[in-house]
Amino acid sequence: MSTAASTDYYAAPGEEPTTGTVYTSQGGDWAEIAQEQAERGDETLVINMGPQHPSTHGVLRLILECDGETVLSVRPGIGFLHTGIEKNMEYRTWAQGSTFVTRMDYVAPLFNEAAYCLAVERLLGIEDKIPQRANEIRVLMMELNRIASHLVAVGTGGMEIGALTVMTIGFREREMILDFFEAVTGLRMNHAYIRPGGVANDLPESGLAQLRDLIKWLEDHLPEYALFCNENPIFQGRMMGVGHQDLTACMALGVTGPMLRATGLPADLRKAQPYCGYETYDFEVCAWRPEDGWAGADAYARFRVRLDEMWQSLKIVRQCAERLEQSVGMPVMVDDLKIGSPADLAVGPDGQGNSNEHIRHIMGESMEALIHHFKLVTEGFRVPAGQAYVPIESPKGELGCHVVSDGGTRPHRAHMRDPGFNHLQSVPIQCEGGMISDVVVAVGSIDPVMGGVDR
Amino acid sequence: MSGQPTPGANLPGEEKTVDEPVADNGSAPGAGLEREDAQPSEQPVVAPATRRGMWSDGSPDTSGYGEIVREVWRPTASPRPLPGDHERVVARLEELEGDPFTLVVFDRGELTVHVRRERLLAVLEHLRNDAALRYELCASVSGVHYPNDAGAELHSVYHLGSWTHNRRLRVETTCPDADPHVPSVCSLYPAADWHEREAWDMFGIVYDGHPSLTRILMPDDWVGHPQRKDYPLGGIPVEYKGAVVPPPDQRRTYR
Repeated sequence: MSTAASTDYYAAPGEEPTTGTVYTSQGGDWAEIAQEQAERGDETLVINMGPQHPSTHGVLRLILECDGETVLSVRPGIGFLHTGIEKNMEYRTWAQGSTFVTRMDYVAPLFNEAAYCLAVERLLGIEDKIPQRANEIRVLMMELNRIASHLVAVGTGGMEIGALTVMTIGFREREMILDFFEAVTGLRMNHAYIRPGGVANDLPESGLAQLRDLIKWLEDHLPEYALFCNENPIFQGRMMGVGHQDLTACMALGVTGPMLRATGLPADLRKAQPYCGYETYDFEVCAWRPEDGWAGADAYARFRVRLDEMWQSLKIVRQCAERLEQSVGMPVMVDDLKIGSPADLAVGPDGQGNSNEHIRHIMGESMEALIHHFKLVTEGFRVPAGQAYVPIESPKGELGCHVVSDGGTRPHRAHMRDPGFNHLQSVPIQCEGGMISDVVVAVGSIDPVMGGVDR
Repeated sequence: MSGQPTPGANLPGEEKTVDEPVADNGSAPGAGLEREDAQPSEQPVVAPATRRGMWSDGSPDTSGYGEIVREVWRPTASPRPLPGDHERVVARLEELEGDPFTLVVFDRGELTVHVRRERLLAVLEHLRNDAALRYELCASVSGVHYPNDAGAELHSVYHLGSWTHNRRLRVETTCPDADPHVPSVCSLYPAADWHEREAWDMFGIVYDGHPSLTRILMPDDWVGHPQRKDYPLGGIPVEYKGAVVPPPDQRRTYR
């Protein structure tokens, strides 16, 4: 917070401020800062919020210029969680990529995996050969993950305005979903469950029973959010009219997902450009309607859209449960031995996925099976040269995966278009001119996950 | 999709007896070419790139497979007319802009138009504004580094979407390493702001006219552009019980 441009280490050499006072967020000695403030005589404060602020959803940094409590300007700074996932993927096989992308948006890991795998499958030309049961499991896992992600968005968003109960019950329901994920994939997050060609393993024997319990649990508990929040005057007072961004601004800034639907445009890639067989499921796109009785395009409308979407997701989950009962025993990996893992994985009691029968087969019975397994694991499969971009509807908006192959065993380039990355550009348009306390609400309603934003 | 191998087509010389002379000698697999990877040379628009050997460059090879040559077929110019709506999109653009394309590729259901960087803004302006095109969404700007693509090492790829017509389109433009300048599309698509900053940060593509082209993911004082192919992945060798595992980018890997 020094006004002297000369202490800005990153400014270009010799650069002089062109107009007025330049505010930097470099830190400095408090006595000097107070002295400068006294000399300047205005009320403008530069506040550095984050990257370790608890209500910035991880390591988001917001540089606020405030007059009293009014935000004059806000600039989001990101990159604190950049881990070079995309670069790393260029040094691993195509199948290993699933393990990397799942760590991007860690609140919705299965969507990252799905987008990546759909893109790789398009390059491989096996989109039509994905087994029906694999698609059903993918849809099931994605929709449960959508509920879990929305619960985090609603729960942490509530917590940040003081509604702590919304957070505690939100995480309670999410825990139930994560328990189901753990039973299916062996892990609560970082699943690497969806693989190019299908999914890693079938549901466990008790999977469908557990799924029915989960559906029952969600049916019992999801109404609580509406009861707690919808008509709550404090909740409405904090959220209505806050973080306003209308349809025009959403179009200009490439906003998708609940933020766009809260302005009244029922845009949903699951309907518009279906993938994984979404066109065969019965569900509705939730968007704000003028007759809803509250103004759209603000934090409250986004909250209501997320709430409605959880019910629609649950509706899809119920349909998945029915279909999965019909398709027990059907394959979950593409019938191409050069792509699909031969390992016949299943989550064991120790959480590991090895099948003892398969290990006995390759170690004791068949040299060729061993060679095949070895080649597929170490060398992987080759993907024909070309590029593909597959967008899917993640809980936050359009999640796109751009992969480029040079015909080798590794991606030439893999890029994730994360909705959070794009949406954080909306922070200034939503917050400038408002109160500092509303910045927290607006950022919460954007629902960024920094793992996905920074990758 | 010319240049792509036709599935099920016989390889050159297949179903012939040993005594029969091979008609087109040039299309038969050459010496050392791995037979199962040989492609029928339909009408090669450009010669396919080749890769030699099994392993990454500089790796010791005792396998005897070092002389394998693999052909890599890239999608090339697609024959017109393109299927379905795609032809209408391309025809409309040609009507508005003359012939702005260096290449039109329709591959795996996705349409990519390659334009020269001088015409990028004009093409994108029509794509956004024309009622028949109306691509309102610029979902992503993605840099790609092709070190072997002489004179066009850096590619800037725009993924556009149209809510009105429910279509997708990819626009690709290139710039050489020596002059890494591409016009910024921020004036047309404000959403491209951060995406272009990321492409600058990771690939060093300079987007002319961008309001503030600064690093976004890497620290401000970082040197280099990490996702370029000539930038090492980094990492240190790890020793465990006397054996040393090199960092991932120095391990011997399959091509």
